[in-house]
Amino acid sequence: MTAVTPAPPSAAGAPAPTDAAPPNRPGGRSRLPAAAGFACGAALLFAVAPLALSDFRLALLAKYLCVAMVAVGIGIAWGRGGLLTLGQGVFFGLGGYAMAMHLKLADAGPGGMPDFMQLYGQLDELPVWWRPFASPWFALPATVLLPMAVAFGLGSLVFRRRVRGAYFAILSQALAAAMVILLIGQQGTTGGTNGLTDIQGFFGYDLDDPVNQRMVYFIIAGVLLALLALARQLVHSRYGELLVAVRDSEERVRFLGYDPASVKLVAYVVAAGMAGLAGALFVPAVGIISPALIGIVPSIEFVIGVAVGGRATLLGPVLGAVAVAWARTALSERFPGTWTYLQGLLFVVVVAFLPGGLASLWALARRRGAERAEVSTS
Amino acid sequence: MNDDRPDGLSVRDVRVSFDGFTAVDGVSLEVPAGDIRFLIGPNGAGKTTVVDAITGLVRATGSVCFGDQELLGRPVHRISRLGVGRTFQTSTIFEELSVLQNLDIAAGARRGWASLARRRRGIPDDVAAALETIGLTGRADQLAGTLAHGQKQWLEIGMLLVQDARLLLLDEPVAGMSHEERDATGALLETVSRDRTVVVIEHDMDFLRRFARSVTVLHAGRVLSEGTVAQVQADPRVQEVYLGHPVETGSVPSGLEA
Ligand SMILES: Nc1ncnc2c1ncn2[C@@H]1O[C@H](COP(=O)(O)OP(=O)(O)O)[C@@H](O)[C@H]1O
Ligand SMILES: [Mg+2]
Repeated sequence: MTAVTPAPPSAAGAPAPTDAAPPNRPGGRSRLPAAAGFACGAALLFAVAPLALSDFRLALLAKYLCVAMVAVGIGIAWGRGGLLTLGQGVFFGLGGYAMAMHLKLADAGPGGMPDFMQLYGQLDELPVWWRPFASPWFALPATVLLPMAVAFGLGSLVFRRRVRGAYFAILSQALAAAMVILLIGQQGTTGGTNGLTDIQGFFGYDLDDPVNQRMVYFIIAGVLLALLALARQLVHSRYGELLVAVRDSEERVRFLGYDPASVKLVAYVVAAGMAGLAGALFVPAVGIISPALIGIVPSIEFVIGVAVGGRATLLGPVLGAVAVAWARTALSERFPGTWTYLQGLLFVVVVAFLPGGLASLWALARRRGAERAEVSTS
Repeated sequence: MNDDRPDGLSVRDVRVSFDGFTAVDGVSLEVPAGDIRFLIGPNGAGKTTVVDAITGLVRATGSVCFGDQELLGRPVHRISRLGVGRTFQTSTIFEELSVLQNLDIAAGARRGWASLARRRRGIPDDVAAALETIGLTGRADQLAGTLAHGQKQWLEIGMLLVQDARLLLLDEPVAGMSHEERDATGALLETVSRDRTVVVIEHDMDFLRRFARSVTVLHAGRVLSEGTVAQVQADPRVQEVYLGHPVETGSVPSGLEA
C-alpha cells in the first residue's frame, strides 16, 4: 500500500507521550519483573507465612486467600470489563455447597446420610440431587463448572438484552438474595440457616489435624497463584485488550464486528469459575458453608476488597481482599458491631477519593520517584 | 482481503422514524463502487440517521444493499463483518489503549477466538500497513487519548482499514481540523477509495469541492439533489436551502418575518 503521510500536525497540538504506564494499560512491561514478583509471592506464601504464623493465624490466612481468589475474578469482570458483580457470593456458594455436599457424604460413609438430615428427620433417603455429589469425579468439577454454567445462563440473558451498569449490579445482587432464600427455605436438604457444618474429613484426611490444615493452606496458596497467572495471561492477551475496549466503549466495539455480549460473558463466566473454586476450597479451610457466608453482605464485601486494593490492577484486588478481610477479623474482635459501619465508610472514602484503589497510590509514588530521579540526574 | 473488487452501496426508499417523527423519509441512494460520495445538508437533515440505518444502529424500513447483501434487519456486528465500517461525529477510539492496540482490536474481529487468547507479538502486517497509511507509525505505542484531534480521526480511519471495511461511512471526519490536517485527510480518502467505497458526511464546502466525486444533498429527511459538485451547486433548490430559506410550502420565508 502506498503511503500517504498526512502532514504532521503542529507540535503544540501533540501532547508529549506519558511515560508512566497507566493502570489500564496491559503489555509494554517486560516479563522479568512479573516472574520475580511471582517468585516473591510464592516465597511469601509458601515459606514466610507458614514459618511466621501460628496454626490459628495460618488457618485465617487460608480463609483470606479464598476471598482473594474471588477478588481475582472480580478484578477481571469489574476492573477490566466494567461489570460490577455484586453477587459473586452465588458462585462462591455454589462451589462451596458442591464441595461441602461431597465432604458431608464422604463423612457419612457409603450409603449414609449427612447428620443434619437425620436430625430434622423428614427424609428416609438421600434426595436425588444430592446423589451425584457422592462421587468426587462429579463433585470436584462441579465446584467450578456449576457456577460457570449459572453465570453463562444468566449472562447470556442479561448481556444480550444490554442490561448494564447499576441495573446489572442490582440484578446480580438480587440473585444472591434469591439463592439465600432458596437455601434457607429448603432446610431439610440444604441445612437451612445453619448451612453444612462440622465437616470432618477432606478426601481421607482428618481436618482436625493441624498438619492437614497446613496442607489445605498450601493447596489454597498454590491455587491462588495459579489463578493469578491465569488472570495475568488473560489481561495481557488480545482478549484482555478487547475487554477494556468493551468497558470503555461498547458501541464502538460492536461497530468493529464484535459482539460485546460474548466478550463480557467470557469475563463473567471466568470470574464465576474463580469464585466457585474459592468457595470449594473455603470449605475445608473453615469447615462450614452457610447462607450467611454467601448472601448480599459477603458479596458486597468481596467487591469492597477489590475496590480498596485497586480493581484495574492484577495484584490490587488480592491485596485489598486480604487486607479488608484481615481488618474485619481484627476490628470486629475488638469493636464488635462497628465493623459494618467502618467498612461502609472505607468503601465511600475509596470510591470518592481514590477510585483506582491503593494500587493507584503505588503508581503515584513510582511516578514521583521517577520524577525525582530525573531531577537529580539532570 | 484478496477480494479487491469493492462493492457498491444501494439504499432504496429508507425510512426512519423516532416516536412518530420521521427523520428519514424515503431516501434512495446509489453509490457505485470506488466512489467518494459526499452527503451534505443542513443540521437535522437526517444525514447521520441514514448512516445509522445502514449500519444497523436504528431500525429502518426499505432496503439497503452492499454488494448483494441486504443489510437492514441484521445486528450491528454482523453488518460490520460484511465489510461496512463507520466513524462517528465524536471520536470513539479507545483512549485508554495505545494506537497499536486500537488498530489490533479493529483487526481482531475476523481473526477468531484462538488468536484472542494469545498475546500480540510484534506488529501484524495489516496493522503496520494501516499505521503507514494514516501516518502514525511513529506513534504506535502512544496512548490514543493523548493524540491530537486530527490524529484521532486518522486513527479512526485506520481502524476501518484494518477491519477490512470495503464501505467506509465517515461522519464529519474533518470537523475541527486545521487546514493542513484537512488536506492530509482528503489525500487519505483518495488513497483508501482506490479499493473501497467511501461515503462522507461533511459541512465544509471547500473540502467538498476539492475531494468529492459525487454529492447527495439531504433536506428534511429527503434527497433534495444529487450529482457532481458542479451540478449540485448549480441547483436552485440547494441554493435556497443553503441560503436559509425554508423550502416547505406554507411556512413563512424567514426574510419576511421582520
Ligand atoms: N435517537 C433519536 N431520537 C429522536 N430523534 C432523533 C434521534 N436521532 C436523530 N433524531 C432527529 O432526527 C433528525 C435528523 O438527525 P440527524 O440525522 O442527526 O441529522 P444530521 O446528521 O443531518 O444533522 C433531527 O431532527 C434529530 O433531532
Ligand atoms: Mg449528523
